[in-house]
Amino acid sequence: MMNRLILRALLACTLLCGAALPAHAHKPSDSYLSLTVGDAGKDSHQIEGQWDIALRDLDFAIGLDQDGDGRLTWDEIRARHGAIAAYARERLTLSVKAGDCSITPGEQLIDNHTDGAYTVLRFHAACPGGTDALTIHYRLFADIDPQHKGLLRISHGGQSSTAIFDPQHARQTLSLSAPDRFGQFRDYVRNGVWHIWIGYDHILFLLSLLLPAVMLGARGAPSESLKASFLDVLKVVTAFTLAHSLTLTLASLSLVSLPSRWVESAIAASVVLAALNNVWPLFRGKRPVAAFAFGLIHGFGFASVLIDLGLPQGALALSLFGFNLGVEIGQLCIVALFLPLAYALRGTWLYRQLLTGGSMVIALVAMVWLVERSLDLKLTEITAVL
Amino acid sequence: MKASHYLGAVAAALLAATAPAAPYIPASGQQVIETLPRRGDPVQQELRRLRSQLNAAPADIVLATTLARRYIELARNETDPRYLGYAQAALAPWWSQPAPPAEVRLLRATLLQSTHHFDAALSDLEAVLAAQPNNAQAWLTRATVQTVRGDYSGATASCARLSNLSNELVTITCIANVGAVTGRALRSEQLLELTLQRSSNAPEDMRTWALTLLAEMAARRGEAALAEARFRQALALAPRDSYLLGAYADFLLDQRRAADVASMLQDQTRIDALLLRRALALQQMPGREQALAGDVAELAARFQAALLRGDTVHQREQARFELYLRHDARAALELARRNWAVQKEPADARIYLEAAAQARDIAAARPVLDWQANAQKAGT
Repeated sequence: MMNRLILRALLACTLLCGAALPAHAHKPSDSYLSLTVGDAGKDSHQIEGQWDIALRDLDFAIGLDQDGDGRLTWDEIRARHGAIAAYARERLTLSVKAGDCSITPGEQLIDNHTDGAYTVLRFHAACPGGTDALTIHYRLFADIDPQHKGLLRISHGGQSSTAIFDPQHARQTLSLSAPDRFGQFRDYVRNGVWHIWIGYDHILFLLSLLLPAVMLGARGAPSESLKASFLDVLKVVTAFTLAHSLTLTLASLSLVSLPSRWVESAIAASVVLAALNNVWPLFRGKRPVAAFAFGLIHGFGFASVLIDLGLPQGALALSLFGFNLGVEIGQLCIVALFLPLAYALRGTWLYRQLLTGGSMVIALVAMVWLVERSLDLKLTEITAVL
Repeated sequence: MKASHYLGAVAAALLAATAPAAPYIPASGQQVIETLPRRGDPVQQELRRLRSQLNAAPADIVLATTLARRYIELARNETDPRYLGYAQAALAPWWSQPAPPAEVRLLRATLLQSTHHFDAALSDLEAVLAAQPNNAQAWLTRATVQTVRGDYSGATASCARLSNLSNELVTITCIANVGAVTGRALRSEQLLELTLQRSSNAPEDMRTWALTLLAEMAARRGEAALAEARFRQALALAPRDSYLLGAYADFLLDQRRAADVASMLQDQTRIDALLLRRALALQQMPGREQALAGDVAELAARFQAALLRGDTVHQREQARFELYLRHDARAALELARRNWAVQKEPADARIYLEAAAQARDIAAARPVLDWQANAQKAGT
């Protein structure tokens, strides 16, 4: 009995434990071409290239499997390195305005992609004259497999871009001009401004903390001077800014990361607390401290937007700074609208209602967000009613 | 926005885990680096012979269409899309012509529909049929494309044209394939079963198609024992048919028979759709987390590779991958939505509805529900 059990367990194990790793995929043919363009010298552009070409495709084109046994050895591949390099070279032309670049094939290695082993052909290209555009004419396998594609990644001055070559798009010209750093920076600033304006949760948090800034008199009476209110706003906004800049930087550089559901829920909770504080004082005179503590969490929220946008390698610091600057500008616009208006209205019945009733509404809306985000529910219809 | 950020991070982590190691130089000259089709293989030999003949006479249309047809057959048997490219190469002199000869145009339509260029395929088929109204293959291919696109009245009309041109089993399978999705499932199934019984000398691939369809229909009705028997009959005829293996695996997964799926698909992992089913099976099996992680990483790398080349042929599978293996309902719903814009088979509807349900987005499911209601109405 025992033996039979063991036997069955063993049998099950050979069937199940021995499951092979997935074999190579069946997929249409691609090659992977990467070009790294060096800085322009006085009279030439230097390009380092790496071209991954499937051994199966090369075998179909020029024959690699010399003994025809279907098992391609390193010796068989090595023996054909010259033929492979010549075949590939005839099917790729790099040129600039002043003429064709001269390509010198280098060593060949092996690498694996999802559909099998590839030869990795390294090469060097020297292009005549300084130029700002590179034309690539790609013809590999176009005659024997028109569904083959050449997938190009080109890096230049810290920027990288991609292109797909097939028989209908065999010749493409790519710009080598220096990236427009200022335009890029401006885009990130604009994105930062836009994000804070459409980020209701951030705006409501900030407004909730600022509402009491014009009610600094004894026992919550209206402030005596604009200066006192201005200083209070300054403290709260500075604390919030310092904190979210810190976590925005850390998170977008992937130094720290938190689950997005957790971050989004915590942001909703911070709005609830900031709003409730105006009805039942929780933070007392410590609103700048609260702004700092919760600002840390809001920074993670900003970072998720920035990560979605992507940070260009080579202009990382500048783009990060641009986005942050945009967030601050957007925030200052809100404050610049809020402070004079709130100061003018501070003694009115309306403002007192806004401080308590308005805060309650904000807390309620944020509560719905909190439930939605923490339980991953959709209650937008309810939010719309509110 | 947040979901896609999270997805991006997971994808990056997975890619980092599965990215090929740095290029290397093999340690020994005897090391086997790649396995290729053997040169002595009779099919490969025959194809090589035809290819060298065609190289000598590239404008020989009989030779070119013969070779293209052979490569398309091989692509189907092996589920290997590279052979479709070789077929297209054989047709190169005519490929870009606005109106190539009908025999080339029919093959072009077949190749176009295999890369989901359904509109272009249909317009080629219209042209072939205008010139050759008695071309049974063209009517059948047209009916198939129309069914996939959800043009059921068009498909029924195309099937009807087959009745004078082809054998009964082809016509009835064609019609049942439409009936299965237009509210006439049971009647279609009964008719098809009867026809199959009477067609014992029909070609094997026809019988396989009919049996697969019958098995799927029984499975959809919840007749598990009958479905099982039909799947097994079909597999006896075509043990390597990848569509059949996928359909049977789905049935077994629904029956929670994961171990059967894993052992059946052991050697079929080159095919993305079947690797997906094996991973889904491993997920149902306790203690197989490591093997599952390997399959998931491999699938992620394959979908990434398809994305790089701009392929959208596997969006249905990718949606299932996101929904059940990555548990990202939002990403799955987006893929299912884009897939639904291209094809409308029951499996496309199913993954769309499942993704919408898991994403708790009832509004997103509306197009499918409306579509199905209309199709049922059209069928009655």
